This record gives sequence, structure tokens and C-alpha cells, in this order.
Amino acid sequence: MMDAPLSPAAQVAAENDMAVSRRSRFLTLPSLFIVFVFGVLPLVLICIYSFLKPYQNGGVVWQFSTDAYLNFLFQRDIFDDTLQFAPDFLIIYGRSIFYALFTTVVCLLLGFPTAYFMATRPPEQRNWWVLLITIPFWSNLLVRTVAIMFIIRDEGLINDLLIYFHIINKPIVMLYTDFAIILGLLYSFLPFMILPLYSSLEKMDFRLVEAGYDLYASRWQVLKRIIIPLAKPGIVAGSLLVFIPALGAYVPPLILGGGRHLMIGDLIAQQFGSGRNWPLGSAQALILMAAVLVALYFYSRNETGPVKHG
Amino acid sequence: MADLNKTLDLKRQAGFGTVAIICLIILYAPILVLMIFSFNSGSQITKFEGLGLSWYAAAFENQEFYSATKNTLIISFTATIFSTIAAVLAAIGTTRVKPWPGMSWAFMIINLPLMVPEIITAVATLSFFALIAGAFGLNFGIGNIIIAHTVFCIPFAYMPIKARLEDMDLTLENAAADLYASPWQAFKRITLPLLMPGIASGTALAFIVSFDDFTITQLVAGPGQTTLPLFIWNQIRRPMTPEINAISTILLMVSILFISVSFIISKSRKS
Amino acid sequence: MSNSKVAVDVRGASRVFKAPGQEPVAALDNVSVSIKENEFFTLLGPSGCGKTTLLRLIAGFDFPTDGQIMLYGEDIAVLPPYKRPVNTVFQSYALFPHMTVAQNIGFGLEMQGNPKLEIDARVAEMLKLVRMEPMKDRKTSQISGGQQQRVALARALAPKPKVLLLDEPLSALDYKLRKDMQIELKRLQTETGITFIFVTHDQEEALTMSDRIAVMSKGKILQVGSPHDIYDRPAVRFVADFIGETNFLSGAVKSSVKGTSKVKLDCGPEIAASADDGMKSSGKVTVVIRPEHSNLCAVKQGQMKGVLENAVYFGTDTHYHVKLDDGTHFMVRQQNEGGSGQNGFKVGAPVGISIDEGTARILRD
Repeated sequence: MMDAPLSPAAQVAAENDMAVSRRSRFLTLPSLFIVFVFGVLPLVLICIYSFLKPYQNGGVVWQFSTDAYLNFLFQRDIFDDTLQFAPDFLIIYGRSIFYALFTTVVCLLLGFPTAYFMATRPPEQRNWWVLLITIPFWSNLLVRTVAIMFIIRDEGLINDLLIYFHIINKPIVMLYTDFAIILGLLYSFLPFMILPLYSSLEKMDFRLVEAGYDLYASRWQVLKRIIIPLAKPGIVAGSLLVFIPALGAYVPPLILGGGRHLMIGDLIAQQFGSGRNWPLGSAQALILMAAVLVALYFYSRNETGPVKHG
Repeated sequence: MADLNKTLDLKRQAGFGTVAIICLIILYAPILVLMIFSFNSGSQITKFEGLGLSWYAAAFENQEFYSATKNTLIISFTATIFSTIAAVLAAIGTTRVKPWPGMSWAFMIINLPLMVPEIITAVATLSFFALIAGAFGLNFGIGNIIIAHTVFCIPFAYMPIKARLEDMDLTLENAAADLYASPWQAFKRITLPLLMPGIASGTALAFIVSFDDFTITQLVAGPGQTTLPLFIWNQIRRPMTPEINAISTILLMVSILFISVSFIISKSRKS
Repeated sequence: MSNSKVAVDVRGASRVFKAPGQEPVAALDNVSVSIKENEFFTLLGPSGCGKTTLLRLIAGFDFPTDGQIMLYGEDIAVLPPYKRPVNTVFQSYALFPHMTVAQNIGFGLEMQGNPKLEIDARVAEMLKLVRMEPMKDRKTSQISGGQQQRVALARALAPKPKVLLLDEPLSALDYKLRKDMQIELKRLQTETGITFIFVTHDQEEALTMSDRIAVMSKGKILQVGSPHDIYDRPAVRFVADFIGETNFLSGAVKSSVKGTSKVKLDCGPEIAASADDGMKSSGKVTVVIRPEHSNLCAVKQGQMKGVLENAVYFGTDTHYHVKLDDGTHFMVRQQNEGGSGQNGFKVGAPVGISIDEGTARILRD
């Protein structure tokens, strides 16, 4: 806010005020410096790397090339040097998107009733529920994923129990399957769905529900016509908070997929590891980033939209 | 009577409670199984043979576990201190000022690590450190991990502190000024004490995030820079013993402790 | 009191807010007012009239875009709040939640760098003054709203400010407590002898407590005067309308002698109305008559005539809504005499209205 012509005395006061405000801005500098140098510049760097040639032992050769992007879709034939369509990477991206979408839908189906149930508890119980959901949210993902692995292994708890009770006589193979990865994703990101849903449902004015019943709506109609529309911001936020990290997930497919069912995250890490093709890994990372930005764009558009309530 | 209450509770939707219980089971069953089997005295990781603390004893005698713990604590404490200090300053600089041009950009940069998938941050940081090592011969050793963690922890520490500053009644600071407190005195005597719960909460979150980090650490860490999550990762690629259950349980307990502390602090501000 | 010194002198103060791309808005528009030492001075007006802005200028939380704020002859417009010997009681009290009652009261003294012993003595004195001794070690969240109010007062009074500013301090209290605090505030002001500048939108509060009132609207001060002046001799329509209930009648001045004019009202009759010096003594004017200064009577005895449209019973008195012959609405307030609330007048019947002598006033605008 700028002010109209000031009296000389007031100008001094206003300038002092502005000076304090201006000095306070510089307090953001340490954070900005750290994140810019060690967070933004590395991203710029992989943008550059994606247009260079790989060095055979990892790293890059400073020579311009679009191979990384071409290699994403094509493979150069070793004999006649022609480009041939190779959908391997595309399949991994497609699979990742499918896994992420599927996880999001299941999280929503499980998360919405849970969040609603939490929001309708008495206040002191609510805090306990939130804590119960928050603990897995922040707990060590690696350890939690390893715990899943122990349970679904061939000689894991589930198979042991089923064999013990003679329901089966040969272990069911669950580890290193699509099922294992999706279970891992679901388990990792379920709290990411429940918490935003809960916070939008908790703010909801339940007198609106009463008004709905008063106007002859059934329980199902109230849910469909009143509660779900009002919870829409939470549904969108929760869905994106599950979809985005699930798309770039690294740990669950690494441990539960066993290298057989790769997702984008493992693919990228592989290029920087055993693949020794940093430009290709950089290009793959940027394509993932682009997908995330598209999702974030839809989110920001939705958030500034006219959906507002109580 | 109970049934009548259920029908009369207008907020109730049939079956939702059951789904909530299912969610809790999904989230907690693996953790609980892991914890229970850490007290197994036998040598099988998922066959319970008797109660005992032998695998905890084994873990504490394990030299690799010791050095991993030491590395983890050095990294987490340093990264937590740096990121919390930076976050406190940034939170003041984005709330106690007139909106300035570029403030939304500053806000975006600070929160960037939350928006970028962690694997991308990991490979980008790896590339960056490789470049400065190659070009300038600079290698900070374990410092590389500390820097990477600090970047990643800043937004986690920043959020609760900023929220607390925004919640704080500005008239309290006005009142202090009205009662002859200079800006610095007002900050020291009013703003800072009232900000402490936010700072504590932010510190706890930054610590957990650093303590638990696997993805970035795995890509950035050099030889001999094993942290606890990396140690577990190395363990599960070998024939496993219940020792890994014991170590995992210790890690989980640390997380749970810090989350609960952070949670209780942030809830208590309302009373 | 008229001889005492001027404590705060606001000279042509303006506060203009300008957001980029928008027309500038004057929250305060060239306001001048002198507030005397030891005075209980009230800034009264509806929300958005600029009264809080003026208070903030005096406190130092904001600065004037034009004009001066003089405190005992010194221009304080450039001083930050912590260098001004004025203290504020905030609307929300703004008690420090992490300190005890005693620590809150001692805060200002501590910041001024007073020795510990002196602070303790003064805090004890203040606790006694506001009758909060038993609560001194409580946290501010553990005391009631009324008690918080007293602590806020004690905290602001402890450093012996030259002027105490009160920003609608009673608005958060319920009716009964507010009444008690009004008396309490007046007592504190008399006992301490400190100049109080009190901001409120509640006319009743202003009338009961103040030595003088400034009525504000749209960033300007419309009238300054004692509660009597303001109520009985409103200068402009806004003041007459904002304070109490009033009938406005238009008419034309016929003749004028020594502050009293004969006015021919549009509704027929000719009445005598007083006017201050410099007010209109000819042409079209507006006359105000308070409802309690008029009485219903038989048609023949009335100065004005009309039809009784409605009677609203208020316990101690009844409001009669009369439609005058030219269609204007007129309200009469009459004390109930016991028995039926209607005092014998029937809705729908023609009635006369008599006006107490010397109570009709001509407005300046």
C-alpha cells in the first residue's frame, strides 16, 4: 500500500516504518540462498544434462545432443543407425500413471469414509484419530515398506498362517508383483488422502446436513448432494497429494517390485546408477516433472475457482 | 436404545466406521507385526519362537549399526539446526513485512522441495555435487548429505512456524510497543516466546524428515557415509535376521516420539 | 476545567489510504480537535467513521498523511509508539498470554527500565486500584473477561501515561458487566486524574461517561461538546439522528429574534425554534424535536395534528407513531402512567401533538 503526499514529519515516520519492513525481507535470504543454490540450480543442471552426451562411467560429456529425448521413444539400430520405435520407457511411464491413478482411486474410496467418520467423532476423540493417521504419515517409509515385505513374502506371515490352517499348501506369490507395488503405494500414501479430506470435512457446517434431512433427503442423497460437493476441495487436494508422490514413487517399487516391475522413480535412479546414462536419466526426470507440473496446474486452477463455503 | 441412537444420529453414514477401522489395520498391522517380531528370541524373522531382547542386544553390539547411528545423528542434528534457523528467519521475513514484489516467488522457492518428486531432487543433487567435485575439486564428504537434507527440511520447518506467526495476534506486538518495548525487545519478550511452540514443532518435523530420509541420502551418500535407513537397505539385501526388526522398531519409535511431541505442542496452543 | 492545559492537540490531521490502481480513501479528513488535561474525552461514531484511525494516530500505530499530532506542545507524529508517553487499552485487551497478571501490569514499567522494587510497588498499587490482588499470579487465560478488562486497564495505567487511549474496551463485555465497568472507568479516571480518550460507537456509553464528546462521521468531526450539548443542541442532522431518536420537520423561517425563530412547518403549524449564533435565520430549514419533548393531547389543544398509527409499549414509556397531515411521520414518547399502556389514545383516531417550550431546534445544515 502506498500513500498519498505526506506531511514532512509523517514522511520520516513512514520511511522508518518502510525501512524496518525492508530490512525484515532480508531475513528470507538464508533460506532463499540455500534452496536456490542447492535446490534450484541442481534442477537447472539436470535440464542442461538432458541435452548432453553420456560419459561411459557416469557423468556427462559436454556435447550438445538430443539423444536423451530421442532415446526415450526410440532405439538407434546398431547396424544401420536408423531410429526404431522402442516403447519400453513409455510402458514404464504408462504403468506408473496407471498405478498412481489406481492407488488414488482406492485411497479415495477408503479415505473418504474414514475422514468422514473422524470428522463426526466428538472433538477429543478426533485429536486421537488425527494423531493415529499422522504417525504413519511421518514415519520412516523405508521401514514401513520393509514391514509389508515381511508380511507378504512367500515365507511371510500371511502365507505361513494360510498354510498353518491348511487353507493352501503352497505359498501364494505376492511379493514382486503388481499387487505388492500397489499395496505398498496404497499403504504409503493413504494418510496423504485422509488428512486433507478430514480437514475439509471437519470445517463443514453439519447444520447443512440437518437442513438436507429437513428437506426430505435420504442419507445417501445427503451424502451425494451435500457432503461430497462441500468436501470437493479436500477431495481434489487429497487426490493430488496421493497422485503426485505415487507417480514419482521410488521406495515401494524398489522394495516390493524387486526390479521386475519398474516405476518412473526406479527408472530414473537406474540411469544414474547401473545404467550410467545421466542425460537419459535427466530427461526422464524432466518428463516426470512436466507431468507433476500439469497436475499442479490443474490443482491451482481448481483452488482459485469459485468453490468456496463456510 | 443404542440402535435408536444410531438412527437418530443424523451425521452417521452406515459402514463408514468399519472402513475407518480397515484403514487403521492397513496402516498399523505391518508396523505392529514388525515390532512384535523384534522381540522374537528365535532366529526366524517371521516365526515367533519366544519372547526376548536378544536381537536388540545384537543390534547394539553391531559396529555397523553404531557408525550408522552416529552418522545419522550428526547429519540430522546439523541439518535440523541449520534448516530451523533459516526457516524461523524466513517465516518472519514473509509474515512481519508489507508484501513486497517477489514475495510470492520467495515463497515458491522455499517450498520447492515439497513440490518436486524426491527422486528428482535426489538425482539433481547428485549431479550437482558431482559437478562441483569434478570442476572445483570440492567434496564436503558428509557435508553433502547435510546440505541436501537442509534444503529438504527447510519447508517442513518453515510451515508450522509461519502458521504460528500468522495466527499470532498482531495487537500483542502493538501492545508491547505501546508499553515502551523497542522492536527488538518486543520480539524477544513477546513474539519469540509465543513463537516457541511453532519453532519446536518445526524442529521436530525437520528432524524426522532428515532422520528418516532414504531416497536423497541413498543417491548422494558416498562410501562410508551409511545412515540408519541406508543400513536397513543394506541389511534387507542379505539373509535377514530379526536384528533388522529390532533396528526398524528403534527407528519407528524415534519417529513416533517426535511426531507425537510435535502434534501435542501444536494442539496445546489452543488452550 | 476550561482553564486547564491542552493535552492532545490534533491539527488538520488526515490519513489517506491509497491502494495501487484505486481511488485514495480518506479514513481521516483534515481533523482538528483539542483535548484538555484530565478530561474524559470520547470519540463517538459508527464503524468506519475514522475514530479508531484517529486513536491509532495518537498512539503511534499509524501516521498522518497530513497534519500534526501535538502532545503538550510537542509534535509526536514522527515518534514510534514506544517513545510516546501514551498507553492504550485495546479492544481485544491484547494481554500477553505467556505472562501472569502481575507480569502483564509490570511490563511497561520494566521496558522503561525502572528498578525492580519500584516496579513491584507500582504493580501492587495498580492491582489494588483495579481490585485484582488475589489474581496476581494467574495466567491471563485463567481469568474472566471482566477481569481481563481490569488487567488491561491496570497495565496501561501503570506507567502513568500522560494520556490513556481506550479503543472500544467495553464492547466484548455483556450488558450488565458493561454497565459496571462504565462506572469503574469513570472512577479510575477521577482517581488517577489522567486524560482519557475513549473510542466507542455506543452513544449511551458516550453520554454517561464523557466530559466531552466528538461525534465523527466519514473521517470528519461534526460536533464537539458536552453530552448535554450534543444531545440537546445537535448542530447537524447526522448528530441529531445518530444520538437518540429524533423527529425531523422541514419548514421555512418567518421571523427571527435573538436566537429564536418562528418557523412555518410544511405540515401546517407555526412554531418557535431556537438556533445557535451563525445558524440560518431565513429560508428553508430543518427543525428537530425529540420524541420525549412532545406529548399527545386532544386535537384541539395540539400544535400539530395527525392520526395515531401505532403505539409500541416499552414498559416505562410508550412510543406513539403519528402520521401528520402532510404525510410526515412523527414519534411521541410518553411515560406510562399505570393502568393501560395506551394512556387513553386509540390507534386510528385523530390526535393532537403539543411540544415542550424551547425544545425545538433549527439544524445548521
